[in-house]
Amino acid sequence: MGVRIAGYRKGSFSATIVTSDTHRIIDAIWRIESARLIASLARMVRDVGLAEEIAQDALVVALEQWPQFGVPDNPGAWLMTTAKNRAIDLLRRNKLIERKHEELGREMDVQREALTDFEISVDDVIGDDLLRLVFTACHPVLSPEARVALTLRLLGGLTTQEIARAFLLPEPTIAQRIVRAKRTLAEARVPFEVPRGPELAVRLASVLEVVYLVFNEGYAATSGDDWMRPALCEDALRLGRMLAELVPKESEVHGLVALMEIQASRARARIGPSGEPILLLEQNRGHWDQLLIRRGLAALERARESGRGLGPYALQAAIAACHARARTPAETDWECMAALYDALAQLAPSPVVELNRAVALAMAFGPAAGLEHLDRLTSEPALRSYHLLPSVRGDLLAKLGRFDEARVEFERAASLTHNARERSMLLERSAACVRGSVTTKP
Amino acid sequence: MRFMMLMIPKGYEKAEPGATPDPKTVAAMTKYNQSLQQAGVLLALDGLHPPSMGARVSFSGGKPKVTDGPFAEAKEVVGGYWIIQVKSKEEAIQWASRCPGSDNEVIEVRQVQEFSDFPAEVKEAAGQFADRLEHPKKS
Repeated sequence: MGVRIAGYRKGSFSATIVTSDTHRIIDAIWRIESARLIASLARMVRDVGLAEEIAQDALVVALEQWPQFGVPDNPGAWLMTTAKNRAIDLLRRNKLIERKHEELGREMDVQREALTDFEISVDDVIGDDLLRLVFTACHPVLSPEARVALTLRLLGGLTTQEIARAFLLPEPTIAQRIVRAKRTLAEARVPFEVPRGPELAVRLASVLEVVYLVFNEGYAATSGDDWMRPALCEDALRLGRMLAELVPKESEVHGLVALMEIQASRARARIGPSGEPILLLEQNRGHWDQLLIRRGLAALERARESGRGLGPYALQAAIAACHARARTPAETDWECMAALYDALAQLAPSPVVELNRAVALAMAFGPAAGLEHLDRLTSEPALRSYHLLPSVRGDLLAKLGRFDEARVEFERAASLTHNARERSMLLERSAACVRGSVTTKP
Repeated sequence: MRFMMLMIPKGYEKAEPGATPDPKTVAAMTKYNQSLQQAGVLLALDGLHPPSMGARVSFSGGKPKVTDGPFAEAKEVVGGYWIIQVKSKEEAIQWASRCPGSDNEVIEVRQVQEFSDFPAEVKEAAGQFADRLEHPKKS
């Protein structure tokens, strides 16, 4: 395609960037501008992979020129102009080649149209372009992992190296994933557009899923002792807030933002001094981030304003909000929470939701009510090796004074969890059962 | 990391009570605020009434002493603030640079302290504050 610079990967610059102030500034500008830059270019050239390469080329020019001549007054416009000129050159050159080959087919018309399109409207509809970029990066033709990597790269402004570090994977793995994703999009001729009609809801669900995947990856590691990679939570929140401005009428976008804001508000409280997890009801609520809680509650209000009832993300946010509003665990409105889980179970039935519903029922109407609901789940195949089922069951049995049964459940839960710290916590509870005590304290 | 961008408009220290910016300034500022929101970096923002409507409480000799505004000795005062969530100080500065500020305006960019920035003994002291929030009767 003539625009690739040999061996160039933005991530490889990171080591040198720290040595220079200008490079740090360029890094910051890239983070702010790259998504809009790539989105505008993609509308021009109708290929997100190519658009990103052109944007990267403009960045390389900036890295060469700015340390020498200084950062321009409007760096965003500078990058846009530089990249746009390259794109136009490229389109013209391709046009000539194609004319030579007498291939003035449909493809050409699209490109010519793209060119005039672009020249007519330079800086409006940037929001629309961003939205097109979001839907393209999260296109169902890609695997969920590819969607995540591409979204962080194209919309989050993260380098390949940063993505690799966050996902605890080697850099070449992520680089490969991104290259393949771009190729898949080009080969499948995925149009650079926002889906319409009934397709929109399905595709939006895929976008929200990607954002929440990123958030959860940051919120809790799936195995081992590294519990938090909070930077990914911030990236997901940034993407979510951005989306909420792009599609403000979609209730579930606000629902997801609300859910992430409220979950993130507990980040500081959910890990103890030696890295051990602290369960929600045992967290020091003074460490909950009230600014994020307020933002979460406001986003939940926006989700409600759509008037079409709450979707699965908004319901989960409403559940999280029940905790966030309570100043102490005793003030929690468990009956409301049980009703919300009931609604969630109807909308998005899952054994895990049922498990949480049992907890809410136990808190609202006593451990016996919770246990009754829980016992319907014990034959559920999806929960067979899920440590939280025996863990919750053990808790309810202990509260009912059935310590022998509780001990067995805690031990089973300990054998199922992959998290070392959680295991030791469960074994402590099992030991407490031997002493005939509900809590771990003797 | 979080940064507070403090807007310091020269002359605001002498502004009359109830003084508000003109509609043109507000329109430009609103567009800027929207750009922060659209980028997903804005956490909070507020504008402040002039000091002539406020007061200062000083603690000379450990005793609170109240002075009503305006404050003759004040050379500059805060007119408003934004709290943004970004990846670096450079990014915060870039956002501040995009503000449609006037000749008389200065934005001070300051990083918000996080709990994890504190040494252990400060954390402990701050933890006691958090505990009091949770168990008000215990303190």
